[in-house]
Amino acid sequence: MKALNTMKLQFEGRSVNEGFSRTAVAAFLAQLDPTVEEVSDVKTAVSEAVTNCIVHAYRDSLGIVYITAGILPDNRVVIKIRDKGCGIPDVKKAMEPLFTTAPEEERAGLGFAVMESLMDRVKVTSQEGKGTTVVLTRKIRGKEAGV
Amino acid sequence: MAVQIEIAGEWMTARLLGDIDHHSARELRESIDSAVLTGQIRELELDFRDVSFMDSSGIGLVMGRYKLMQELGGHLRLINVAGHLKKVMILAGLDRLAVLDRPTPVKKQPELEKGEGE
Repeated sequence: MKALNTMKLQFEGRSVNEGFSRTAVAAFLAQLDPTVEEVSDVKTAVSEAVTNCIVHAYRDSLGIVYITAGILPDNRVVIKIRDKGCGIPDVKKAMEPLFTTAPEEERAGLGFAVMESLMDRVKVTSQEGKGTTVVLTRKIRGKEAGV
Repeated sequence: MAVQIEIAGEWMTARLLGDIDHHSARELRESIDSAVLTGQIRELELDFRDVSFMDSSGIGLVMGRYKLMQELGGHLRLINVAGHLKKVMILAGLDRLAVLDRPTPVKKQPELEKGEGE
């Protein structure tokens, strides 16, 4: 399905940009007139994915985080968060709740679990030494739906 | 992100302000822990009234403080947790640690300085 509108964002993987990136995606989403809950869900999922890039992918380096987002005609929003970091050797294991490789930083190991519970679909592809791409999809019903 | 800390004897309330994410969590953790340890706090209350956003970094923050209070033989309570924050907490099973208070309506309390005469 061809996107009605798209945007691209790229920024340095500094933790201060976590807030910037989720807020920027939320601002892009505003054209769909989402509910407060929908905005909060998407912001949280994006924050988890971007944090993973910064904490894990670029653990020992400073790299660039790339986000693209598109709005499809059926009101689905597709958000792609990509890094060129260390990659995940075992994606399935990384997605298990409570699995973390950074317990010293009090990482709860819930990033992917949170993404999966808040989004309709989460797709992760990764290549060791090359990087990781997370694709988040969520249908925005918006205020029109009258929940 | 900032935190306002109030201490009364062994009681401490840490009022969290703004967004809780990986970026802000470290500073919060350090401020809260140092106040708990120097003040010999046994009852810690985290007030989420002014938290605008929280991701799983907030879960790590709560679990870490829960462990700390357990080690000190004290207790942790979370108060004024709004619906959208509660969603992430319940997902993480924080409600099963029995520290999650009922959310109270989001209503600003009158400022203390204004006194009783208003």
